[in-house]
Amino acid sequence: MRRKGLFLICALVASALSAGAYAQSEMRFCLSSQPKTFNPLAVDDDASETIRYLTGGVLIRLDRNTQQPVGELATAWRINKAGDAISFTLRPNVRFSDGTPFSATDVAFTVERLMDPDLHSPTGDSFRSTPGKVATKITDPYHLTITFPGPVIGLDRLFDQVAIISAQSPQKYMAVLGPYYVADNKAGSTLLLKRNPNYWKHDSAGRQLPYIDSIRLDIQQNRDRELLRLTRGEIDLVNSLNAESFDLLKGQAPSMAFDAGVSLDSEQIWFNQVPTSPLPDYKKAWFTSTHFRRAVSSAIHRDDIARLVFHGYAQPAVSLISPANKIWFNQKLKPHAYDVKLALRELELDGFRLQGDTLRDRTGHAVEFSVITNAGNKDRERMASVIQQDLRAIGIRLNIVTLDFPSLIERITRSFNYESCLLGFVNDELDPNAQMSVWLSSADNHQWNPNQKQPATAWETEIDRLMREQASSLDPAKRKRDIDRVQQLVWEQEPFIYLVNKHALSAVSPNLRNAHPVGLRPQVYWNIEQLAFATQPRRPQ
Amino acid sequence: MKRLRRAALAFLAIVVLASLLAGVFAPASYDFQFREVSNAACSTHHWLGTDALGRDRFSRLLFGTRVSLLLAPAAALISTLLAALIGGVAGYIGGKVQRTLMAATDLSMAMPWMFLLITVRAMLPLNTGPAASVVITFAVLGLLGWPAAARVVCADARRLIESDFILHARAAGCSEACIFRRQFLPNLRPVLMAQFWISIPVFILAEANLGILGLGVAEPLPSWGGLLQELQGLAATSGRPWQFAPILLLIATVSCFHLAIERKESEA
Repeated sequence: MRRKGLFLICALVASALSAGAYAQSEMRFCLSSQPKTFNPLAVDDDASETIRYLTGGVLIRLDRNTQQPVGELATAWRINKAGDAISFTLRPNVRFSDGTPFSATDVAFTVERLMDPDLHSPTGDSFRSTPGKVATKITDPYHLTITFPGPVIGLDRLFDQVAIISAQSPQKYMAVLGPYYVADNKAGSTLLLKRNPNYWKHDSAGRQLPYIDSIRLDIQQNRDRELLRLTRGEIDLVNSLNAESFDLLKGQAPSMAFDAGVSLDSEQIWFNQVPTSPLPDYKKAWFTSTHFRRAVSSAIHRDDIARLVFHGYAQPAVSLISPANKIWFNQKLKPHAYDVKLALRELELDGFRLQGDTLRDRTGHAVEFSVITNAGNKDRERMASVIQQDLRAIGIRLNIVTLDFPSLIERITRSFNYESCLLGFVNDELDPNAQMSVWLSSADNHQWNPNQKQPATAWETEIDRLMREQASSLDPAKRKRDIDRVQQLVWEQEPFIYLVNKHALSAVSPNLRNAHPVGLRPQVYWNIEQLAFATQPRRPQ
Repeated sequence: MKRLRRAALAFLAIVVLASLLAGVFAPASYDFQFREVSNAACSTHHWLGTDALGRDRFSRLLFGTRVSLLLAPAAALISTLLAALIGGVAGYIGGKVQRTLMAATDLSMAMPWMFLLITVRAMLPLNTGPAASVVITFAVLGLLGWPAAARVVCADARRLIESDFILHARAAGCSEACIFRRQFLPNLRPVLMAQFWISIPVFILAEANLGILGLGVAEPLPSWGGLLQELQGLAATSGRPWQFAPILLLIATVSCFHLAIERKESEA
């Protein structure tokens, strides 16, 4: 009798609970590290960038699919003719996640904080084309104009990175305008994001977005374990996969594997051309010779690298802009073909000669050099092995040296005690203006010969001029012409010998609907509000 | 037990012989890339298939075994000689010398040797050829591997110095040089031999660990460490059991070494 009574009470409580609640939908995926900050203006690591994307509300969003800017919190915007001011019309009746109303004051506050030199905001740096102060003029709560001290190239697109923070909320930057807010943070373990109850977006049926109620982000460094968890159904997506894992997944669960095509990232090799480096003079002469670099480039079988190392999920690279960049890629350029005869002809032009199976320069030195790359990166070690065998065909002996990353960085940025380096560049920005720090001869990241007082070569002088001109021009056609010419010069001179552009590979649970992975970051969840589960529980309206 | 030990020694002999004659037995060069048949399964042309770059796995295994099996004993010899010198002197002289040398040994044992190896590796000239780099790697392993053995040698040396037969020799009027040469060194030999045999599998595994970190023997020269690196990742578990040949050989070789060592230790 007593047992029966207890059972009845439990059943009543359960039915009462189920009447008032519904099963919450939760998406899970992994971050490779704990976010360094939740301040969207101070983001400078991948994990923090993910949180900013999922929680931040922006005025303008770059559509990752069309690569065109679309209005979010701004319903309209206009850039003046001088390119130094942008006027916004803001979306009315929008509230932060804590209920604080959104207005032009918040945008002005965000810009003021963003451009504060003490914050050292990497996002803010991209707006600093000219020294001086940024002025904000608020016309009314929904209209404002931001004026910069000089023209800013691609001004509207830069706002994709600027998550608006509240000027009034007691929660400060934890009050957000994006689809989710940070509800719980167990440092080093898990982050829980819950849907923003005040998010302004609705679908065509009038249903408030996002569809998924919460996102659980597990900190997981091991990429293999991440894939294993996906196949076990413990997580719902893996944003980025290497080719080997992708191939494995494609064999086991093809419906989970997504190849979004070629990405913006590139892999390349370059020679040390620093005049003060501790290399012998005859090696400096090789590395500064365009014929030598072209010969090495022609002797590398890029198709084999793409096929053997990346299982076909890469394509031979052309120049500094990936073919994935629909707007800026120079369509006239083609990847350098594998041509040993051409390589030997180029070498002959510079006085090199093949004696038996050894290539010698005009002073009789056997051509042998080392390539450094980061230890533990299987793909790069394999690429180096392919190049090693390819160069043997033109009599060059290549020594592969794998170094721990700090030692490698020390060599390529401070001591310059290296001969050549094989690394990759991760590219997030479509606009080539973001690569100014690589292509200006005076820049720190001009890897083959950084921080030059005067450009060392005529072609570097021309690249400097073209990059500066495109950075100060507001004419898109002229900018395109300038960038096309830069690509042509880099293709001809090969300061970086571009090898391949990798594909954007990802994995998505078949239970997740509306996932259309793209090549730009964040590949899978760029349309996070639209993602839903196939067995999505109905949320009470 | 005797039979098992004989089998182990026979296995080791076969492996060493096969690796020494790798140039004869290997069907291809260890670094040639048959690019059209990458990741191939076992066949008459490639007995253990090919790796991701199309290199013949069987050839790489033979040459890799040669590298690991020849250089690990060399490293073991270096570390045992250092241990004999430091541990032997400490144990023979005793007192303050022993305390100082053992303190230095403890300090060496506390050093993060992996980081030290990475640092040494980073300082090597970049154009060091693969053969030179492998010799340097094992030499460094040998130079860093003495402390544990030195403690054992020191303890055994103390036991010998305080033993009755050395006391009798002293009482009989033997000189220190005579005691050292006739009594001390011959009786220390078994423990040194045991330390030598124990160190060999330790260095094989240490090189394998470095290889897994990508800091072992430079490409294209194979070693067990480099070959084991291929087994990293989920892809290694995908229906290619012949990929596991290096790890099976490593397990079998290290086990055989241990079986041989057990006998040597019992002799000691």
